[in-house]
Order: sequence, then structure tokens, then C-alpha cells
Amino acid sequence: MESLIDLINISKSFDGTLVLDDLNLSVKENTFVTLLGPSGCGKTTTLRIIGGFERADAGKVIFDGQDISNLPPNKRQLNTVFQKYALFTHMNIAENIAFGLKIKNKPKTYIQDKIKYALKLVNLDGYENRSVDSLSGGQQQRIAIARAIVNEPRVLLLDEPLGALDLKLRQDMQYELIRLKNELGITFIYVTHDQEEALTMSDTIVVMNQGYIQQMGTPEQIYNEPENAFVADFIGESNIVHGTMIRDELVEIFGARFPCVDKGFGTNAPVDVVIRPEDIDLVSPEEGTLKGICTHLIFKGVHYEMEVTTPDGFEWLVHSTDMCPVGKEVGIHVDPFDIQIMNKPESEDEEAVGVNE
Amino acid sequence: MSKKLLSGPYLVWMAGFTVIPLLLIVYYGLTDRTGAFTLANVVSIATAEHSKALWLSLGLSFVSTLICLALAYPLAMILRKRGVGRGSFVVFIFILPMWMNFLLRTLAWQTLLERNGVINGILTALHLPPQTLINTSGAIILGMVYNFLPFMVLPIYNVLCKIDDNTINAAQDLGANFWQTLTRVWFPLSVPGIISGITMVFVPALTTFVISNLLGGSKILLIGNVIEQEFTRGSNWHLGSGLSLVLMVFILASMALIAKYDKNGEGTAF
Amino acid sequence: MNSIKNRIKYFVENFYLVLIMVFLYAPIATLMVLSFSGSKSRTQWGGFTLRWYLEMFESATIMNALQNTLVIAFASALIAAVIGTAAAIAINSMKPIPRTIIMGITNIPMLNADIVTGISLMLAFIAFGISLGFKTILIAHITFNIPYVILSVSPKLKQTNKSVYEAAMDLGAAPVYAFFKVVFPDILPGVLSGFLLAFTMSLDDFIITHFTKGAGINTLSTLIYSEVRRGIKPSMYALSTLIFVVVLALLIITNFAPHRSKEQ
Repeated sequence: MESLIDLINISKSFDGTLVLDDLNLSVKENTFVTLLGPSGCGKTTTLRIIGGFERADAGKVIFDGQDISNLPPNKRQLNTVFQKYALFTHMNIAENIAFGLKIKNKPKTYIQDKIKYALKLVNLDGYENRSVDSLSGGQQQRIAIARAIVNEPRVLLLDEPLGALDLKLRQDMQYELIRLKNELGITFIYVTHDQEEALTMSDTIVVMNQGYIQQMGTPEQIYNEPENAFVADFIGESNIVHGTMIRDELVEIFGARFPCVDKGFGTNAPVDVVIRPEDIDLVSPEEGTLKGICTHLIFKGVHYEMEVTTPDGFEWLVHSTDMCPVGKEVGIHVDPFDIQIMNKPESEDEEAVGVNE
Repeated sequence: MSKKLLSGPYLVWMAGFTVIPLLLIVYYGLTDRTGAFTLANVVSIATAEHSKALWLSLGLSFVSTLICLALAYPLAMILRKRGVGRGSFVVFIFILPMWMNFLLRTLAWQTLLERNGVINGILTALHLPPQTLINTSGAIILGMVYNFLPFMVLPIYNVLCKIDDNTINAAQDLGANFWQTLTRVWFPLSVPGIISGITMVFVPALTTFVISNLLGGSKILLIGNVIEQEFTRGSNWHLGSGLSLVLMVFILASMALIAKYDKNGEGTAF
Repeated sequence: MNSIKNRIKYFVENFYLVLIMVFLYAPIATLMVLSFSGSKSRTQWGGFTLRWYLEMFESATIMNALQNTLVIAFASALIAAVIGTAAAIAINSMKPIPRTIIMGITNIPMLNADIVTGISLMLAFIAFGISLGFKTILIAHITFNIPYVILSVSPKLKQTNKSVYEAAMDLGAAPVYAFFKVVFPDILPGVLSGFLLAFTMSLDDFIITHFTKGAGINTLSTLIYSEVRRGIKPSMYALSTLIFVVVLALLIITNFAPHRSKEQ
């Protein structure tokens, strides 16, 4: 599949600070792509450059084979759903939705049909004459989406649209968005700092930090095979420890040797090792590769969350449906497949933020 | 309960010095020297001399208000872009003249426009013929615009600042070009400020007598001059009050406009 | 291409800003320059001199008027601040209907034409039998100042957290003590800006003073008016320059100093 959008060597600075550094990104048609990262990583800037609200200092934006870098937003075939909805408060709902269609001078009956269709799509039938003020946050959000999609864009840009909604509503809207994407068959480019959101909705996740793309892949790839400490730490919870790659498929952590499945890191090479809390099995001390004492126990409903401290002082985060009381000695076992080896960070942006070390 | 007591002094003051005085104008306007009820004072607006003054005032203040609006709107849009983040110093520069004594500001134009004033001085130095600039309607319009422009800028600026950048981005995102964004988004959203600005310019312009005195000489009489003269030189307060009642119609109309379009005081200058 | 369009736009905007700025400040600048000119002619520079400033300070009429203006401005602003703050507090806790009515009447002096306010007050003073003079000017100024104070204090009042006041009482403070220790410091910026606004409005007023002053007393504005109708005296230019500088200083202090202290 050819890519629909290509960002080539994009750089952008604000007030002397480099926000995007030689960014390259390809977005394939009909996919749900999420730009994921902490505040300040450049994801919103990237979205705004695609939308035409910012101009990159260097680089090109290619849309369907054409260079649109200098095209103003009103001439691009995309539509944006803004973070705080940006609805026109001086117009009612129908007029808001019709705005783009009126600009294109579509006939009145066409517009009316489209409004009905859009409202039905977002489950707000009959809201045509309501005022913007009379709607709740979630409803305004859906109108903002309706207003954008009614113009049949090939790409929909969404800038953290669910940030202001409460948890339950956010989860409902996530499913709505997936449904919309499937029904409309268009490309979604979504920006968020919430990794759960990204994992739920995306076909492809682009993890960004400090203006660079750290890793790009499917949710499973990002979660199970993080390529550096930053990605490992940002997505889900993890234990990130220093290890030594003795040879292919064998890593030493805190003096104990764990068979694993990764190759190509060299011999006796220092590496970072990621083990997800849910992948740690608690066994009897004799059966464990490492031994430790349970120092912390919280019941979380779905699982128990425990911390097991091994003699070297590291506190392993463990999620398990098995319970281990505080103070009891216990063994740690991890399946080789669940051990992820990563190269040491080569620059600051690859380091984990708030690492559990 | 003691909170109600707090409003006591103010209520008494208001009653005595705002409400009663206005009622007195109504009383004087509708009576003659003997105290008998009459509409003659109000009707005298229709006399040749008075109606000429009224129409002239209406015309000049209307033109001045339009000019102020045309100048202020682009200025407010530019200031909105520039004025953020530096303590609005740029905005301050444009509002500052408003706080200067308005007599002095009008006096300043007299200095410039006089027959042997600064502008004519410059023209003569350039070997160009001197112009009659002062004591014309144009001078009065100039004086009105000069004095009242900041009063149009501030409310419009305030209301424009409340428009989120993303609302404009959304309009562009949906395909609107500059003119379409201006007419379909900027203007409708700035109505409270525009109405407020129009009122803050039109009412003082309509009722001024200082500007016409200083820049119009004794030849140009506005309705404000007529009324002022009845109270200071003539002593027909009844006539003066009656004419004021006519003016009040316009003033009340603008108060009603503000009440309708700017309920929340979004466009107020303070 | 895009950046050239942007640069042209930026240039045009700057040009417009400068144009308006020249329009606004040229007259004021002219006055300031002429105030230092030795000759009375408005077209020929007569050498630098401070003569008009000296003349201004030596003129009893001008100094009297200046004193009147300052005293009235200060006193009326102060009294308006007290009455207005009290009123704002009372209005804040009123029910919607009385509040709308009172706020409506409060807005009248501000929306009304000055000439009508001036005339109405003059009629009222005469009807009440108060002779026109210093007293009446003061009363008039207080009258149009109070609304400005109310409008400055009310927003601050709306912003104050009611719980803070209740917390103070919960900790044992009597209502009056709680008010002065807890609520008042919160609304103080509003009271101060209201005071300053009233002070400036009072300094600037001409029309209302014109009608309510009677004979024999002048504020700066009315003095300038009577002098100007007789012919320009250059000491007026000196006066204008001085007033401009003082107002500028006042505004800079009030607008920029508080921001600095907030940041600290």
C-alpha cells in the first residue's frame, strides 16, 4: 500500500527550542495512526504541520504524491477535530456542521441530508437546533467530529480530543471512534499522551519523545517489543534493569542467568532488560531464578500488585492473580519469551522517564 | 442582614444624585416657567434652528462613528495578535491617549489646524497654499474621531481576545478563506464589542459641545451647543431640558442596544 | 512563497500601527514641543525655554485650579471607593432581580451623555438649595465615580472563594473580623484599581464640572476651556505636557508594577 501522507525531514523550532528534529513519517491510507508521547514531545506540532496551521522550518509534507507544504489549511483535503472542540458559539449545531459544506456552495438539500447523516453517525439525532452552550462536553466533542467528517476528508486529524472527558465517557468515545473509522473508511491521525488510548484504538502507534520518533509499530509490537527504555517505560508498566548479554539467548541479571529469545546484541555486552509485571511468575524460592522477599502488597481487583525486593536492592513490580504475603520469601521466574532485550540509550530522549530502578 | 445596611449609603446617594436629577430634567422639560405642563419645549426640536443642529449632530457623529469603527477593527485585530505576552505594552500605547485630558487633546488639534497653526506652517514652508482646516465640519469629525477612537478600540479588542485561535483554525480547516472567516466567524463573534464601541463613540459624539466650540468656532452649532447655551447664557432651562429629553431618546436607544447584544458586558472597556 | 506573503502582511500591519500611532500622538507631541518654544508662534521655533513652565507655576489661577483638581480627584475617589466597595459587597449578595435593577441604575451615569448628567445635577443642586461651588463639584464627582468602583470591585468579589470566609468563621473569627482579615485583602486589588480609575476619571472630567461649579471656582479642565476660548497661552502647553507626563507615570505604575510584584 502506498503511503497517503509523507513527512520528509521535518524540523521545527519555537523561540529557539528545537521541537521537531528531522522527522520522517509515512502514513498509509485507511489506517488509524496514533502519535503518542509525553507533553512537549512534538506530537501536536506534527499534527498541526500536517493540518497546515504551522509551517515547518525545513522539510516537506507530501499528500497523495503532491507537495502541500505551502498550501494553507483551507485548501487541504483534511479536517481537524480540535482539543477543545472549537465549535462556533454564535451558530447552532446544524450551522456548525454545515459550515464547511456552505463554503463549498453545496445545495441546500444536500446539506440538510448530510447534517442528518452526521448527527445520526455520532448518535445525536435531532440536535440540529440546539445551541452549543446547551451541550455537555462529550456531546460537543461528537459535534466537532460530525462537523469535520461531513466534509468527507480523506484524513481526519484529532488533537487529544478526549482529554477533557471523564474516564467512562472517554472509554465510550474510544469505541465510537473505532466504529467511525470502520464505517467511514478514512485515515485517522490521532494525538494523545494516554498510552491506553493508543493501545486500544490504533493500527499503528508512533511513539515520540523530544522531537524524535522513538519507535513505530503495531500496538502489540510496541508493547511486547519496546526498542528502548523510553518506549518500554512509557507504555504500560515495566521493570527495566541493567543486564549483561552473555551470548545470544542468554542474559545475566543481578548475577542470575535467564534464558531469553533475543539475538545479535554481542557477547558480554551491557544491555537494558524489560520484563512486564504480569510476566513475572512467583514460585517457591528454590524454583526461582532469582530469590527475593515480598515487600509490598495491594489488591487491585483485576490482580494483586506486589513488590518483590531481591538482595541487590531492586524492587520488582509484579502483577499476579496469585497472592504473596508481605515478608515471605519467594522466587522469581520469567519465561524466556517474555524477556525483552534493548540497547542502552544512546541519547537522553531514549531514556526512560521515571524508571523503576 | 448587615450586608443590606452596606448598600444603604449608596442607595441614598443614587436616589438623590442620579434618579432625582434625571426626574428633574423630565419635570423641567415638560413644564414652562409657570409650572404648567407643556410639550412646547420638546416640540421645539422641530424649529429650523434646532432641527438643523440636531441633524448636523446626527450626521457628524454618524460619520465619526463609522470612521472609528473602520479604523478600530483592523487595529484591534492586529493588537490581538501582537499584544499577548508582553504585558500588553503595545495595547497600552494605543489606549494611553484615552487617559489624557480630552480638552487638551482637542486643544492640540486646534494648534495643528489653525490658520497659522502647525499644519499650515508646514504647508507654507513647502510653498504650498495654506488651507482652511479649522472651523469646518471636517475639523469637528477629525476631533471626534481623535477623541473617541480608543473607546472603540478597547471593547473590540477585549472581545476579539476572547476568540480562541482554534476557532479560527477550525474555520480555515473547514475551507474558509480570509474573507469568509472574517464575515462568518470574526464579525459575528465580535458583535458585543462592536455594539459597545459604537455606543461609547456615538453618544458622546452626538452630545458634544466642546469639540464644536474649539474646532468649529461659533459658526457651527451642534445640538450640544444649543442645550449648553440655554443653561449657561440664556436661562431657559425648560427649553434646554426639553431638548435634552429628545437627546435622551437616542441615549436610551443605545442603552437598549447594549442590553440586547452585550448582556454579559463582554465588550465593556474595563 | 508563503513566507514572502507573511512578510508583506507583517510589514503592512506594522505600517498601519505606526500610522495610527502617529495620528494619536502627533498632536500631543506638538503641544509638548511648543511648550518649550520661546516664541508664541505656532510655526516658528523660538529657542528652548522653560519660561512657560515658570509662568505656569507662578500663576495663582493655574495653581489654584490645580489644587482644586487634585483635592477633588483624591477626595471624590476616596469617598467613592468606600461607598462603592460597600455597595458592591451588598449587591453581590442580592437576589437576581434587585441586583439587576440596581446594576442597571449604576450603569446610568456611565452610559449617559455627560451633558445630561451635568445638567441634571445642576438642576438638582438648585432644587435642593445647595449653592454651586466646591461642594457641588465634589458631590458630582463622587456620583460618577461610584459606578466605576463598583464595576472594579464586583468581579473580584465574584472570584473570591466563599469557603475562605466560612473557614475563617469556623476558626472562631467574628464576621466583621473575618471580612477584614480574609475577604478584604482578596478584593483589595479591585478596590485599588477602582480608586485609581475614579481618580483618573475625576482628573479628566470637564463637562460635568462645567455645569456644577458655578462661578468663581475652576478645575484645570474648566480653566483650560475658558483660557482657550480667549486665545492660546503657551503656559497651557506647559500645563498639558506636565499633565501628560504625570498621567503616563501613573498608568505605568498601575499597569506594570503590580504585574512585577505578582511574578515575584
